[in-house]
Amino acid sequence: MPIQQANWSPYDNNGGTCVAIAGADYCVVAADTRMSTGYNILTRDYSKIIQLAEKSVMASSGFQADVRALQKVLEARHLAYQHQHNKQMSCPAMAQLLSNTLYYKRFFPYYSFNVLGGLDSEGKGCVFTYDAVGSYERVGYSSQGSGSTLIMPFLDNQLKSPSPLLLPAKDAVTPLSESEAVDLVKTCFASATERDIYTGDKLEILVLNAKGVLREYMELRKD
Amino acid sequence: MSKSAIDGPTKGGFSFDLCRRNEMLVKKGLKGPSFLKTGTTIVGLVFQDGVILGADTRATEGPIVADKNCEKIHYIAPNIYCCGAGTAADTEAVTDMVSSQLTLHRYHTGRESRVVTALTLLKSHLFSYQGYVSAALVLGGVDVTGPHLHTIYPHGSTDTLPFATMGSGSLAAMAVFESKYCEGLTRDEGVQLVAEAISSGIFNDLGSGSNVDICVLTKGHKEYLRNHLQPNPRTYISQKGSFSKKTEVLLTKITPLNKLVEVIEGGDAMEE
Repeated sequence: MPIQQANWSPYDNNGGTCVAIAGADYCVVAADTRMSTGYNILTRDYSKIIQLAEKSVMASSGFQADVRALQKVLEARHLAYQHQHNKQMSCPAMAQLLSNTLYYKRFFPYYSFNVLGGLDSEGKGCVFTYDAVGSYERVGYSSQGSGSTLIMPFLDNQLKSPSPLLLPAKDAVTPLSESEAVDLVKTCFASATERDIYTGDKLEILVLNAKGVLREYMELRKD
Repeated sequence: MSKSAIDGPTKGGFSFDLCRRNEMLVKKGLKGPSFLKTGTTIVGLVFQDGVILGADTRATEGPIVADKNCEKIHYIAPNIYCCGAGTAADTEAVTDMVSSQLTLHRYHTGRESRVVTALTLLKSHLFSYQGYVSAALVLGGVDVTGPHLHTIYPHGSTDTLPFATMGSGSLAAMAVFESKYCEGLTRDEGVQLVAEAISSGIFNDLGSGSNVDICVLTKGHKEYLRNHLQPNPRTYISQKGSFSKKTEVLLTKITPLNKLVEVIEGGDAMEE
């Protein structure tokens, strides 16, 4: 009898795409709302975005069970922080917390591909992008998930990110107005939906600025 | 790449010499090359005057849509059409091949082609390739013996059915057929039902999408309704109109070639 290999995996991929763009005084975080498994759709209306703190919003694609578990851990840790320090966590602080939480499970990772967006202590937009085990970097814009390979080159083309190798380090934010950034995000998703089978149904967009958080929805192709 | 000392006459078809080496590579972790599959929904049904075939129009390469509007209903004969699911190259090649064979056969016999002829040619070809030609077909047509609908599987087995679905979206489409099919449908009822079944595949199966193609075959008449339904328009077009090209001209240099080459006017025209 041939050697049998283990063929049960604790992970599944529920698909989906997330994008975040940072501006001078705002941050846009967006994700589609389709949750799928294999060739089937589980639901057309699942939010991948969560507001962790007053000025921090996280969008995650990948295995949604792990994503939910990660969100709960971060929410609990933020609540404890508020009790101890009597203030909300800043976005860079939340970024570090997320990285540490992910690396804590280095040898049985959260199958979660995250982008964290928000406003830093100076009120400027910030975006942090992660891999599954916590490696992170502050950037001007990023995308993760099944459609990221389609969206990232387009954003690179449009937003011409300054090279991280140039010194002195240029500002990580992008010179776009808030409405231009939202228009760009909508275009990204409409295009990714055309070519990626795991992206579609509806787009959820969150805009963070000094006034607060605004939520917007846009219909995407449902096929 | 035969290693035998004496090379026999070259046999056509597949060479399995590299199979063991490929298996070893896969075991070591190499991902094999992927094929363009049509991850599809295709259907056929028999109605009172003939046969109606339907298909979606999405072709996928893994998770990416390679073609948003491909044609999956293939011509076999003036009175016979065939929907194809599976590897796109295989469905295209096998339907073209049988179509040519039937044209020659029509010249030879002087008669209209019969669906069972196409069926036999397709199934014997697929069987001889033992399932390696990955074509799953829904064959339909109307000939002197009446309307016919068949399904053909990659290994060469066939079924004769009043309604049929194939492809990754077959379950979604079959659910519609099983609920709403009855014998003796009119043309409009049939087209409506086929469109509903394909739409079910388009919206519930991620491997299928874009538009609905329909082909109605009746005695002596065919109607190819390309993009009969287009329920998936692009949802957002940027207000900007167009995006800037983002290219920079570094250098412009014009080299007049007629100064470098001898131009002979009125010479002899080039020979074929």
